[in-house]
Amino acid sequence: MSRASRVLLLLASALLALMLAAPLWRIQLIAPQYPEGLGMKISANTVRGQREHDLDNINELNHYIGMKRIEPESIPELHIIPYAIAALAAAAVLVALIGRRELLSVWLGAFATVAVIGLIDFWHWEYDYGHHLDLEHAIIKVPGMSYQPPLIGSKQLLNFTAVSVPDVGGVLAGVAFLLGVAALVLAYRREPRPVADWSEPQ
Amino acid sequence: MSPTRRIVYAAVATALAGGAFFACRTAPATTLVGNDAAIKVYVPPGSYDEFYSFMSGGFSGQVSVYGLPSGRLLKVIPVFSQNPENGYGYSEETKAMLQTTFGPVPWDDSHHPEMSMTDGVPDGRWLFINANNTPRVARIDLTRFETDEILQIPNAAGGHASPFTTPDSKYIVSATRFSVPIPNRDVPIDSYKQNFRGTLSFITADQPGKMDIAFQILMPGYNYDLGHAGKGPSDGWFFFTSYNSEEANTKLEENASKNDKDYVAAVNYRKAEECVAAGKAKTFPSEYDHNYVDPSSGIAKVETMHSVKLLNPMDCDGVVYYLPTPKSPHGVDIDPTGEYIVAGGKLATVIPVHSFTKLKKAIADKAFEKVVDGIPVLKYEAVIAGEVQKPGLGPLHTEFDGKGYAYTSMFISSEVVKWKLGTWEVVDRIPTYYSIGHLMIPGGDSKKPWGKYLVAMNKITKDRYLPTGPEMFQSAQLIDISGDKMKLLLDFPTIGEPHYAQAIPASLIRDKQLKFRNLAQNGNPDVTRSESDGGITRKGKRVDVRMIAIRSHFAPDNIEGVQLGDTVYFHVTNIEQDWDILHGFAILGANTSELILQPGETRTLQWIPTRVGIYPFYCTDFCSALHQEMQGYLRVSPAGSTVALTANVSKKAQQQLSEPAKAR
Repeated sequence: MSRASRVLLLLASALLALMLAAPLWRIQLIAPQYPEGLGMKISANTVRGQREHDLDNINELNHYIGMKRIEPESIPELHIIPYAIAALAAAAVLVALIGRRELLSVWLGAFATVAVIGLIDFWHWEYDYGHHLDLEHAIIKVPGMSYQPPLIGSKQLLNFTAVSVPDVGGVLAGVAFLLGVAALVLAYRREPRPVADWSEPQ
Repeated sequence: MSPTRRIVYAAVATALAGGAFFACRTAPATTLVGNDAAIKVYVPPGSYDEFYSFMSGGFSGQVSVYGLPSGRLLKVIPVFSQNPENGYGYSEETKAMLQTTFGPVPWDDSHHPEMSMTDGVPDGRWLFINANNTPRVARIDLTRFETDEILQIPNAAGGHASPFTTPDSKYIVSATRFSVPIPNRDVPIDSYKQNFRGTLSFITADQPGKMDIAFQILMPGYNYDLGHAGKGPSDGWFFFTSYNSEEANTKLEENASKNDKDYVAAVNYRKAEECVAAGKAKTFPSEYDHNYVDPSSGIAKVETMHSVKLLNPMDCDGVVYYLPTPKSPHGVDIDPTGEYIVAGGKLATVIPVHSFTKLKKAIADKAFEKVVDGIPVLKYEAVIAGEVQKPGLGPLHTEFDGKGYAYTSMFISSEVVKWKLGTWEVVDRIPTYYSIGHLMIPGGDSKKPWGKYLVAMNKITKDRYLPTGPEMFQSAQLIDISGDKMKLLLDFPTIGEPHYAQAIPASLIRDKQLKFRNLAQNGNPDVTRSESDGGITRKGKRVDVRMIAIRSHFAPDNIEGVQLGDTVYFHVTNIEQDWDILHGFAILGANTSELILQPGETRTLQWIPTRVGIYPFYCTDFCSALHQEMQGYLRVSPAGSTVALTANVSKKAQQQLSEPAKAR
């Protein structure tokens, strides 16, 4: 593995570490009467409002359609995701130190798997909130209407346009993954060098 | 390429790819205003607006008057709330206006202004408005913009469906938003279904000073929300929306939203008149107050009434029918032809329109679904003329332009939707800022709308104006509806919370305005007609001071002999006979308010001194060059003091009298 690959991998690891501190995804709810915006941010370990009380306000609005309250404590995945990300970051450091491009492939595969599982899980939660409505107590019942926000992109949900996009953390993850891909490409384009070459002058 | 450079390239490329996610920001809500908006709302200095618009003050309890199209605030008319700004509800002459059988009620929540009509067209004689909290209706005289009469509504709570008028203003109505036990009494709240009932009150309104309840119709215990009279073919009928046909008494937001359809009550009030005349209504003991300004003295009087005629639909066949209407209907609005009855179901996904022709046929055919407490429920399919599909969310109120179009306010989707009567197709929509409640087209609920402007009255203001802390004025928008497409012209802030509004061409009101009151016709028993007439009298602990106000002095202006324990009445008469020369009167430590005195008017302030000393009083309305000199003193001595009761005209005032030109 070239020095370039290792540096890229270490960069990727740093970005993954930063991801823990940044929201991964955000869902914005756009409606005329919310010129100031309304939305929530999903981090590795919690769900928060875009501004301090947004999540409460969203839950308040959702009670009209019978959606259950979004309570981060009740989402078990939020306890696991931080460890998965930390493990990926640590593994990237290890792969960079060991310098074997096969390990790099494995690491990248693991990263992709975690990302895909994460996205499927996220979609599943969105589906659950959007479809499993308490119609007994719902005040606004529109026949055939469900309220699942999109995974990525925008969708009209009654008077709100729900826009779902990756936030800083999600972008960091994307960049980290692309750095991994770049490291892999570089590693396979050049002959691998022995570890001892690391300290030799150019 | 060196490895370092390669790293940089790779990192930059990936960062750019990632950054692309952030590029898909949504555009902020932009306000689309046409280029010609400014010229359309510009009323040059010294020129007048085209329309008077009367907006309810909502929780201010008053009525505000705006000019259209400028959106300028012209006046706030005190109605149901005390108004320290001019002494309404504080002065002895006006206190009685706010009297009820609950005692004085100094505040209310005013919702729906309604213009008096002649042959179904607003005529600019009077404006009626309801009080929602302690049910009352008021008459405002539109030659003076003053409240002249207030009638309390018994057997009701929440006078919301009020004070809509019949096309001839023979009656205005008031229907109870909260059903309550009738007569009201001590029962368990959860005995709602057995004990709670609604009432629809028909109030005679065409004789100033003589409003009274002609009759009340006893209804099932739903919430009666809004109403409008029929006209043309539907003349003689009145329509009221109702919700909570579930008869829930707790957590209504959920429990009163269960039924798929609630009802519009169609009331044949001519039939009700017949039944009442035939003695089918019960004389039902009910205490309520009627307050009115006695035209000769200008003093408000209270008359307590003791009974109403209460008509049970069971005893008057064919007086009320229910039209099933989707999802908790709010507004019910009749188109200018009188054929269509449009209801706005707060939670409905369509706007249902009933047909009066079909309603009559359904009654003739007995197309009844069931009968509730003697009231036949007509079949939805038998009365529905059409449904406006996908109009938006949260339809509330509809007004008409007289050109075949209807305009419905959409609270949830915050827009006005224009649709065509007969085809029920949506032809245009325009956003409102934010969450519109009522909307108003001048004459838009009458036979002849002046379909040029539409005013959206919004519930949420947020960022529309410079921010003013957590509480802001409400926000209204003026929309041009003269063309095919609605165009936003103007934003303007409004006081309290305007619910409904009425507007009519200025020409129908402007030229009838009183400029000042004729002093010769002032019938107040405590009037002082000239400088030499003023004085002071004592009767036990009561001291009456009669004084005049004229530029720039009061006479008398030095008063002595008042003692602690006395109650002083200042009867102040503005003896000016000139346009817009008002005076004010205020005294140190008054626990009431000031008085504002129109030219030729007498007003009385009650004042109870609390300690010994000298009390200045002065004119509060800047009246003249020497307004700051318009003042006086009152001396308060201990109880039992030997200071003689005197009221002198000051030397300064006498001097002014001898040199009037200079001083004035």
